[in-house]
Amino acid sequence: MRRLLRFALFALPLLSLALLVAWFALALAPGRDPSLVPSALIDKPAPPISLPSIYPDRPGFSSADLQGRVTVVNVFASWCVPCRAEHPVLTHLAREEGVPLIGLNWKDRPEAARAFLAELGDPYERIGSDPGGRAGIDWGVYGVPETYVVDAAGNIRYKHVGPLSKQDVEETILPILRRLGR
Amino acid sequence: MIAELGLYALVLAAVTSLLQGTVPLIGAARRRRAWMDFADHAALTQLILVSVAFGCLIALFVFSDFSVRLVAANSHTQKPMLYKVSGAWGNHEGSLLLWVFILALFGAAVARFGQALAPTLKARVLAVQGLIGLGFHAFMLATSNPFERLDPAPADGNDLNPLLQDPGLAFHPPMLYLGYVGLSVAYAFAVAALIEGRVDPAWARWVRPWTLAAWTALTAGIALGSWWAYYELGWGGWWFWDPVENASFMPWLMATALLHSASVAEKRDAMKSWTVLLAIIAFGLSLMGTFLVRSGVLTSVHTFASDPGRGLFVLALLAIAIGGALILFMVRAPALGQGGLFQPVSREGALLVNNLLLSAAAATVFLGTLYPLFLDIAGGGVVSVGPPYFEATFVPMMVPLALAAAVGPMLAWRRGDLLAALERLWLAGLAAVLAVLATLWLKGAAIGPVIGMALAAWLAVGAVTEWAERTKLLGASVGESLRRARHLPRAAYGMTLAHLGLAVLIAGVTASSAWKEERVLRMAPGDSVEIAGTRLTLEAVEPVVGPNYTAMQARFITDGGATMTPQRRSYWVQGTLTTEAAIRSSGLADLHAVIGEGDGAEGWVVRLYHQPLVPWIWLGALMMVLGGLLSLSDRRLRVAAPRKATVPAAAAQV
Repeated sequence: MRRLLRFALFALPLLSLALLVAWFALALAPGRDPSLVPSALIDKPAPPISLPSIYPDRPGFSSADLQGRVTVVNVFASWCVPCRAEHPVLTHLAREEGVPLIGLNWKDRPEAARAFLAELGDPYERIGSDPGGRAGIDWGVYGVPETYVVDAAGNIRYKHVGPLSKQDVEETILPILRRLGR
Repeated sequence: MIAELGLYALVLAAVTSLLQGTVPLIGAARRRRAWMDFADHAALTQLILVSVAFGCLIALFVFSDFSVRLVAANSHTQKPMLYKVSGAWGNHEGSLLLWVFILALFGAAVARFGQALAPTLKARVLAVQGLIGLGFHAFMLATSNPFERLDPAPADGNDLNPLLQDPGLAFHPPMLYLGYVGLSVAYAFAVAALIEGRVDPAWARWVRPWTLAAWTALTAGIALGSWWAYYELGWGGWWFWDPVENASFMPWLMATALLHSASVAEKRDAMKSWTVLLAIIAFGLSLMGTFLVRSGVLTSVHTFASDPGRGLFVLALLAIAIGGALILFMVRAPALGQGGLFQPVSREGALLVNNLLLSAAAATVFLGTLYPLFLDIAGGGVVSVGPPYFEATFVPMMVPLALAAAVGPMLAWRRGDLLAALERLWLAGLAAVLAVLATLWLKGAAIGPVIGMALAAWLAVGAVTEWAERTKLLGASVGESLRRARHLPRAAYGMTLAHLGLAVLIAGVTASSAWKEERVLRMAPGDSVEIAGTRLTLEAVEPVVGPNYTAMQARFITDGGATMTPQRRSYWVQGTLTTEAAIRSSGLADLHAVIGEGDGAEGWVVRLYHQPLVPWIWLGALMMVLGGLLSLSDRRLRVAAPRKATVPAAAAQV
């Protein structure tokens, strides 16, 4: 028994490596579709939310903002590199397409978020500040960036994990918005 | 012509590495001296061939030969000379060539300076190095030939990414590679020891300088990278927990652990299989970092041009090199034996704590870096968990580490007296209390910074106390102390300096992240703003022209009369925008100005940061590097390790 345990102990590093390599190999497999995201909240009401704004003098983000019109909620943080990458796409969505865009500033300091937006421009209609990530837990946020489409009744209809590309917007987000009657 | 010569040398080098990886191994198994000695000649030949190839690549960049695809893609005739040269390794193919060049350099160094090694061990070490070299040569020739021709040749090149045209970054990759490749030497020693089936203090004595060299280079490389991020990216930060940063940080953590455990293996012949495992893992993490960066599986600020085919190749290399070593480990390590026993409270015990904490810290970084990837494979997209995760998991583990770093050196080998050690550290304790009070008084109550500053004071005074005790600074005459100070080995000074550097670094990290002040505002010429007691006036914003860019340059005047000129550069060839921060450092704090978008009518977006003690981060890193160099120059390492009387016997045993 002891010998077996001992052997297992010395075999452990090899086993871990095997698992890791297998996992990495999967990462390289062609045809992965990163946009297919299982979310328990699809077609369910968006979790109640009430957050102060990142700006001291502006209204925050609450559940009422999601009622009566189709909205897009984007989870972002100033420290997040992919968020920088998707920023122009979001700006296009809000400014050119006129989509009401609401920001959920996740695990971030309001000052840092303000600096981030001062540098890149602020496409959001309103931004809720969630420094502790509590609201993010309710919404099932994995990490940043993430984007949700919420219908006029306040139900989450679509979730995108990772940075939005121009293609994602043209081929997925805009058709969904049109279908939802925007 | 030069390109063909380089390619030819590279192919010959690949063949040489195949021979270097096989002939000496067979020789060592069959005890054929001539076959074993072949390793030396092969290593030297390898160095000459790879030097020729590397020299050819640099020449191609210097002469701007755009008929070579790599040069056309990464260089430009108007680029300053320094960046023409550094452009040779600022890309995937060239950096691989730099990798094998350093590998060959180290191989030749082992062959040249390893005269005192047992012949079988040396032959096997060089053979393992040859095999690693073979893997990388094959990688380069199969997927990333740096000498590939381009037809027709363009009139001018595509230029190097302007963010990378920077002196800090010119030397950042070579330093990191010195570190990674140094770890490959430790790995080669570990595999050779497993093949031999024995690890003894003589082995550990050989592994330590290589690990130390690797650690020193990695420290310097990471510090340069972080310095570059600080002043070039202009985000006011110096560490972003970016996957690529983490990819270099994990091997550093393991190299630090290896450095400490190898000293136990050397001095006390203990923790042997652990040390061997650490050497394998440290190199494994270097390879994994290469995989993450080159395969494009993770999104990052500085991912190289990525290609899944290359990713698969590096992954196969990782599986073979580390898998092979771990199979050997599984079979041979149980027989390595326990070695010297020790009490939990002892120098060994403290070093074990160091190792456990560093490994756990590396594991948290590993999880945080790979979690997004795992999520991605499980069906999610690419997300980032970012600083909040690392601050909550990694930082708390550094607290006991810094505490133990002062206590460990005070404990005796085998069995130490913790209470006595703490008693001797009373001055450090006092310093920590004073630091707490000073922080509370100056900056108010916040638990994080108070702990950070107390730790820095504790570790700094603790490190000096240990040195003072060894030189009997208090209690002996001045002459006696001086004599002792002179005779103290350089390695001891190296440790003191490195620990002191860590203390300075902790103070810098704590202060700069806790008391950073930040202002973002729109300013028109004539406006002024106050930050951290300094008044800054924007005098003018005007266009300037550089060698390969144009820029809008803001001119700020401080109330002290100093000028700060941040720029927003637009590089012609690639059409990229970069921000050049203006930084004024007083040694105790940095004032950082960045200019953003804007125009004459509405004014310009200006970001200002005031970060206390931020220069101490790099001062601390510099002290750690100097500590490493000092330790490397120790007499014990310069004079070849004494030939072990047991060498022939050891050879006979295998």
